[in-house]
Amino acid sequence: MHASENAPSAAATTGSTASSDTSVPSAPSAAGDRDVIIDIRGLNKWYGQFHVLKDITLQVRRREKVVVCGPSGSGKSTLIRTINRLEEHQEGTITVDGTQLTDDIRHIERIRREVGMVFQQFNLFPHMTILENVVAGPVHVRGMPRGQAEELARAYLSRVGIGEQAAKFPGQLSGGQQQRVAIARALAMQPKVMLFDEPTSALDPEMIKEVLDVMRELAEQGMTMICVTHEMGFAREVADTMIFMDKGQIVEYAPAQEFFTAPREERCRAFLDQILNH
Amino acid sequence: MAVDIPDRLPPATSVGVLGWVRRNLLCPWYNALLSAATAFLIAKAAAPFWNWAVTNATITLDPAVAKRHTGAAWGFIREMWPVFMTGIYPAEERWRPLLALCAVLAVAGLTCVRRLRGAGWLRALWLTTPVLVFACIRGGGITGLPEVGTHYWGGLMLTLLLSVVAMVAAFPVSVLLALGRTSDMPVARPFCVAYIELVRGVPLITILFMASVVLPLFLPSDLDLDKVLRAMAGITMFFSAYLAENIRGGLQGLSRGQYEAADALGMGYWTKMRVVILPQALRIVIPPMVNNFIGILKDTSLVGIVGLVDLLQVAFATTSNPKWFGRLAEAYTFIAFWYWVLCYGLSGCSRYLERRIPSAGK
Amino acid sequence: MLGGFLWLAASMYRNTLENLRTRGIGSGFGFLRSEAGFRIGEVTGLPLPQGGFLYFLLSLAAGLLLSRLVARRLAPGRGGPLPGKGLAACLALSVGLPLLVLYAFRHSVEIVRYSESSSYLVALATGLANTFKVAALGCAGSTVLGLLVALGRLSPNWLLGTLCRWYVELNRNLPVLLQLFFWYFIVLRGLPGVAQSIDLGGWLVLNNRGLFLPALVPREGAWLFCGAVAAALCGVWVVLRRSRRMWEETGRPGRRALPGALLLLGLPALAWLAGGTPFSLDFPVLQGFNYKGGTGLTPEFTALVVGLTVYISAFNAEIIRAGIESVSRGQREAARALAMNERQVMRVVILPQAMRVIVPPLTSEYLAVVKNSSLAVGIGYPDFVSVGGTILNQSGQAVEIVGIWMGVFLCISLCISFCMNVYNARIALVER
Repeated sequence: MHASENAPSAAATTGSTASSDTSVPSAPSAAGDRDVIIDIRGLNKWYGQFHVLKDITLQVRRREKVVVCGPSGSGKSTLIRTINRLEEHQEGTITVDGTQLTDDIRHIERIRREVGMVFQQFNLFPHMTILENVVAGPVHVRGMPRGQAEELARAYLSRVGIGEQAAKFPGQLSGGQQQRVAIARALAMQPKVMLFDEPTSALDPEMIKEVLDVMRELAEQGMTMICVTHEMGFAREVADTMIFMDKGQIVEYAPAQEFFTAPREERCRAFLDQILNH
Repeated sequence: MAVDIPDRLPPATSVGVLGWVRRNLLCPWYNALLSAATAFLIAKAAAPFWNWAVTNATITLDPAVAKRHTGAAWGFIREMWPVFMTGIYPAEERWRPLLALCAVLAVAGLTCVRRLRGAGWLRALWLTTPVLVFACIRGGGITGLPEVGTHYWGGLMLTLLLSVVAMVAAFPVSVLLALGRTSDMPVARPFCVAYIELVRGVPLITILFMASVVLPLFLPSDLDLDKVLRAMAGITMFFSAYLAENIRGGLQGLSRGQYEAADALGMGYWTKMRVVILPQALRIVIPPMVNNFIGILKDTSLVGIVGLVDLLQVAFATTSNPKWFGRLAEAYTFIAFWYWVLCYGLSGCSRYLERRIPSAGK
Repeated sequence: MLGGFLWLAASMYRNTLENLRTRGIGSGFGFLRSEAGFRIGEVTGLPLPQGGFLYFLLSLAAGLLLSRLVARRLAPGRGGPLPGKGLAACLALSVGLPLLVLYAFRHSVEIVRYSESSSYLVALATGLANTFKVAALGCAGSTVLGLLVALGRLSPNWLLGTLCRWYVELNRNLPVLLQLFFWYFIVLRGLPGVAQSIDLGGWLVLNNRGLFLPALVPREGAWLFCGAVAAALCGVWVVLRRSRRMWEETGRPGRRALPGALLLLGLPALAWLAGGTPFSLDFPVLQGFNYKGGTGLTPEFTALVVGLTVYISAFNAEIIRAGIESVSRGQREAARALAMNERQVMRVVILPQAMRVIVPPLTSEYLAVVKNSSLAVGIGYPDFVSVGGTILNQSGQAVEIVGIWMGVFLCISLCISFCMNVYNARIALVER
């Protein structure tokens, strides 16, 4: 039995550290709290025999910006992919905006409607124009009239700075532009939460900034965001909460301020050193 | 300081035999239904075959006894299998194809020894083997063996001979065709394109008919090709076009840099092709060429239509024997077994080569 | 090199002339007019257009041209759905008009049936028609069967996946001629004789003489009924179009089920009432030693179609599976992350991309069906090649017959590859 399961008041904890820890930031209360939009408790996931996520307990409040970092293979991508069921978990509960994630396809679809996702490899649909890419979600899933959806799509596209390219195909855009379209596509579903899975890792250095600018603006407008990234400058600027993961568990969970100035964990300090001073 | 949580094993329902069965056969509910339906289908189809081939079958050599059983009479295969292998090749000379086969296998085995690869004498051996095999099987002339004409050849031996000869003969032709098609020579290029497209557009059987009835008209009347040679010519013509397309794929799969580097060294066209381009291009196309060979092997069964007795046609020859009259099912099962083993083995070989040969030109 | 080539060609030409002379064979295509005199086991009627058919072609061309003009006029530029009236006008012009003309001149299309006194040309044409019949059925059947097997292989069910995998491995590693022989000599010959036929209430009779199904015999009302069915299908199309437009405009699809069903059932029913029974069924009946009436499929035809379908379906299954698997995982995940359900994922994202990978090799499999149908000669079905072979044996005109074979097959394959190139050009992905 792990401490985390007895101490639901802890915002995030990794097993044994929880009970002794007094410096847990701004602990939101129980699951019933209306302010909590994503509530993950006792999450465990295995790939075959391999234990990838261990006893993850995590709560995200509305308008909170969470940045997840950690070495590769630490399970951070897997964690955010379990939230909209791109990966199945074996133990624990995930609740998004009051809907519990179960095998029931209706629950999964309800959650996916509220959770937008941006992928490392953009994953735009190459056979559709930029506009059709953005329109696809609202039209097919939300059942929005096409005219209205196109209006909405154009609005989002100009917000990410791609307004004029709407008639082109994804293959004709640069990586940075494609990623911004992908953000617009996710936003067009008008989600309550946005998940970013290493959105800048596949980009050339000169294109990273344009994508981060869009994300920064999104954060300023008050979107709830969970972001897996190695861009520590962006994290320092935007994040409310930082999470450091290693070997499938949350090693450090701290307000951004504290995380960058005084990390408590040795592993975390080493990781930050490596990333900030190379 | 955070303590590592030790790895645990996943819940029992998701791993092991139980988890596997649950995931792959039973969950969700319609999957279980599907499994049941599939199992029913397999049982329904396999049971009669099993009963025929095993439960009710006999292996007796006595047709009268075999008639009392409802299943297969494998005694027919037991008695006739040399015919399936060599057709009507005289029984007392059957050791000669066997010897030839052993020789080829021995040379192939020697090639598999890594240390011997690339040795000069091995190459010489490879070059002389076809001549030796031909001399051994046909006999006559200086060999001192009684001559066995090609009209006595048949069965699996003929099938293999036809496909190997077609492959070996088609290879140089197809390299030339592919080079011609990718070049910009004024006469050769249109000719190669026309030849390849014409041959790929028509069925093999028309080419075989052409080789067996039209080709003799083209040749001087004193030159008389026998049936087997004509079929070989037809199959070679047919497959050189397909092979050429594969080789063209290999030529175009090489990066432009290779051509440019060879040009920069001041090589002429033929030197460039021989030294730089072809060795790389041919390496890439080995797996598709093996697939091509599978195609040849299967399609040699068509020579039966122009009157040769290959592995497939032996079925008619043996079952018209009054002793084992009408045992077609056994014959086809035996033939299918051979074709399947050869083709499946070769396709496994092609998959293996595909994994081992990195695609060059990167 | 060129000189050697020319010398080779010249000597071949000389040899041919000499050989033909010594064998007493004339050259040229004149022999095609002479009487064939042999029997063809399965005769397909050849529609032979006469003078009035010209009017049909003219009206078809004119209708298409006019409707294009109308469409240009009403919806300038590309895209933009036609307004209802314009659509009706276009349909009437491009479909209705030619059909009317065809109806008016229906007696101008003469159906020629081969008989022993027909010419070689008619015999060859009959063979070609038989080839097309087999090829069309083989293409359709192998696509459907291949799709099912591919879906089976893609299913998460291990048992079904394994079964489908072995189906593919078994079929594509055996020669097609062996498979044809298996279906013809083992399966169809192994069926019970005429007296012990497998009989499903007269609807389906199966014995070693073939497969017998009831035939539809048209009566007076047939034309009206067919017209009604065609009109109903057009109507359903209009209903679906309208529903789609409403969905795009308001987000709610228009009514589909009720009007569609009404049209589909109502119109033909009305036509039935007005014109009387359109078709009567002609059941096969046992007369003497065989079944008469109905539609009989000979064992040769059945074996050929089944054998080709099964053989090619293994290749098609692999092509379809590879095509669907070629769409990257990321595409699937992106579509799911947008909360699309599995049907939408398939229809909106996977299939349009998979089709680009699937269609080119699939067309070459269709070409393979046409070419492999020539193996009919092995089991005695009178297709194009086997009729040609008979003529070759009778007349000895080897060069001409082989030339005709090659020319016809080349035309077919060029047509198919032309269609494929057009398709490829249309769907090519736009890249930088």
